[in-house]
Amino acid sequence: MKDDILVQTKDLQTFFYTDEGVVRAVDGVDIKISVGETLGLVGESGCGKSVTSLSIMRLIPWPPGKIVGGEIWFKGEDILKKSEEEMRRIRGSQISMIFQEPMTSLNPVFTVGYQISEAVLVHQDVTEEEAKKRAIEMLDLVGIPDPEKRYNEYPHQMSGGMRQRVMIAMALSCNPDLLISDEATTALDVTIQAQILELMKDLKRKIGMAILLITHNLSVIAEMADNVAVMYSGKIVEYSDIKTIFKSPQHPYTYGLLSSIPLVTKKRVKGQKLPIIEGVVPNPYHLPTGCYFNPRCPYSTKICREEDPKIEEIAPGHFVKCWNYLKPGMGV
Amino acid sequence: MSEPLVSVKNLKKYFPIHGGVLGGVIAHVKAVDDVSFDIYEGETLGLVGESGSGKTTIGKTILMLYPPTSGDINFQGTLINKLKGEELRRLRRNFQIIFQDPYGSLNPRMPISEIIGEPLVVHNIYKTRKEILDRVVEVMELVGLRPEYINRYPHEFSGGQRQRIGIARAIILNPKFVVCDEPVSALDVSIQSQVINLLNDLQEKLNLTYLFIAHDMAVIRHMSDRIVVLYLGRVMEIAVNDELFDSPLHPYTQALLSSVPIPDPEIKKERAVLQGDIPSPINPPSGCVFHTRCPVAMPVCRELIPEQREIKKDHFVSCHAVK
Repeated sequence: MKDDILVQTKDLQTFFYTDEGVVRAVDGVDIKISVGETLGLVGESGCGKSVTSLSIMRLIPWPPGKIVGGEIWFKGEDILKKSEEEMRRIRGSQISMIFQEPMTSLNPVFTVGYQISEAVLVHQDVTEEEAKKRAIEMLDLVGIPDPEKRYNEYPHQMSGGMRQRVMIAMALSCNPDLLISDEATTALDVTIQAQILELMKDLKRKIGMAILLITHNLSVIAEMADNVAVMYSGKIVEYSDIKTIFKSPQHPYTYGLLSSIPLVTKKRVKGQKLPIIEGVVPNPYHLPTGCYFNPRCPYSTKICREEDPKIEEIAPGHFVKCWNYLKPGMGV
Repeated sequence: MSEPLVSVKNLKKYFPIHGGVLGGVIAHVKAVDDVSFDIYEGETLGLVGESGSGKTTIGKTILMLYPPTSGDINFQGTLINKLKGEELRRLRRNFQIIFQDPYGSLNPRMPISEIIGEPLVVHNIYKTRKEILDRVVEVMELVGLRPEYINRYPHEFSGGQRQRIGIARAIILNPKFVVCDEPVSALDVSIQSQVINLLNDLQEKLNLTYLFIAHDMAVIRHMSDRIVVLYLGRVMEIAVNDELFDSPLHPYTQALLSSVPIPDPEIKKERAVLQGDIPSPINPPSGCVFHTRCPVAMPVCRELIPEQREIKKDHFVSCHAVK
């Protein structure tokens, strides 16, 4: 079972040192992704989900950011002990990443074909001819019609959905073990988002890579992920398999998020209120004492205001960081 | 239903594209092309569509922020596209707009007392500064902003609070009609529901009529009484909320609904994924604009623009295939 683990972070801490103070963007995060698994990482702006993924890639810019503690294991080796040279060989070939905005991630002055074959040339021992062939294969695999012709097009000649397909083609061109998708479908229209989600599912079946899926969209998580980690202010507050978390969320934040989103399947009752989470995400420079969620939590008690709870395994594979989980009235 | 508050007839808005050696007009972006619908008093009309469908352009054209290329906008019996200058300005206090981007739509150099109170100054409603400030405090309380923040600047507020500032500015003149242009799509999940509740609250208290523009079908379902589905500047379908979601007739509406991911991992749905991309509005497809992606397209769809027909009571569809 242990051999199946592809990536694991242990007590990962990534801080940013700014003029106004220290931001503990990621503070003691443990995640684990097995071979071929899709882990959903969900949370609101500033919760540290992107910083977690950038830490795994070792792409935290110093200054101001720095991984100050913990371990990151990838295929049995500690990534934090690797040299920059070794990291460069891992990035793009064994771990690759796709982002929200495909236009800014592609170079506007090179053809998309050139950009994909460049990735292949850097990481694999192939000739230019072979790299080009591989790039065309990849364009075909991600469903771009007429790939030979499209190979010679520039990013601006393509639509947003097509560009995101190019990004995926590039990311998968070296058969990575882990694909990190950071809000990759957020900027797309729904019908195009559906195409890209179907494509990612299909490619996962064919290639079998693991995916770290970062999004704020719970519906996308429900559709794609095997397991979910919910983050709040730099910490994981709940972690479990996908069915458990949607059926019986135990952390008040998870429960609040799930019940506050409008549903396309729910009949409208005019004037009916959505349940809400009061207040706003705490300022990272002035985090509350105790549990960071306590000022917004409807179930908070004295201990919540005084002491930060540890994350606890309340059922096999279901972790919750809360003093009061499973209290009457909570859960569905 | 009674007389409509706003009635849009055959609205067109084309944006010219300049080019060539002399910089003449070489083409047009047909952002809105022959759109008609009514909005009744007290209702929320949802306007849904993907990028390039013309939903924002419709919202701005109705308020005469863009002059229409052709067509009429009737507000309580007055054709506002015929009004000019002072007449238009006087009528304008009845309609307002809330923008998507709570960062770009507030002047960073103005304290929020001035931002929220500006419409009162523009329309010369109150004479003294004290009267203006009293009214600003009143609407701040109405939208859930603490009055002691009155002298702060926009950068001191979170995204959700800024959206409340934008809402306060929109309602300070007691408008009848408010265009909400994607008011929650830039907000975090937990803040989205707060703002949605606020908009519903205000509608009830102030008897507002909304044109609610969004791309998120779930938000549209929660907010709207009736819904207009747009594609490439044209209306595909208009129906009452439940009717549209339970029995959509237009193939585009059906595909749109089937594309929406559902937050329930137990539902593994078979979805009808639309092939291809949204065509460019500069050179939209002939006939029905949707025919290039339509799963049931027929030869006639390439040639003839389908008429908007009332298939059932209050259910309008523009499609050759729907009988």
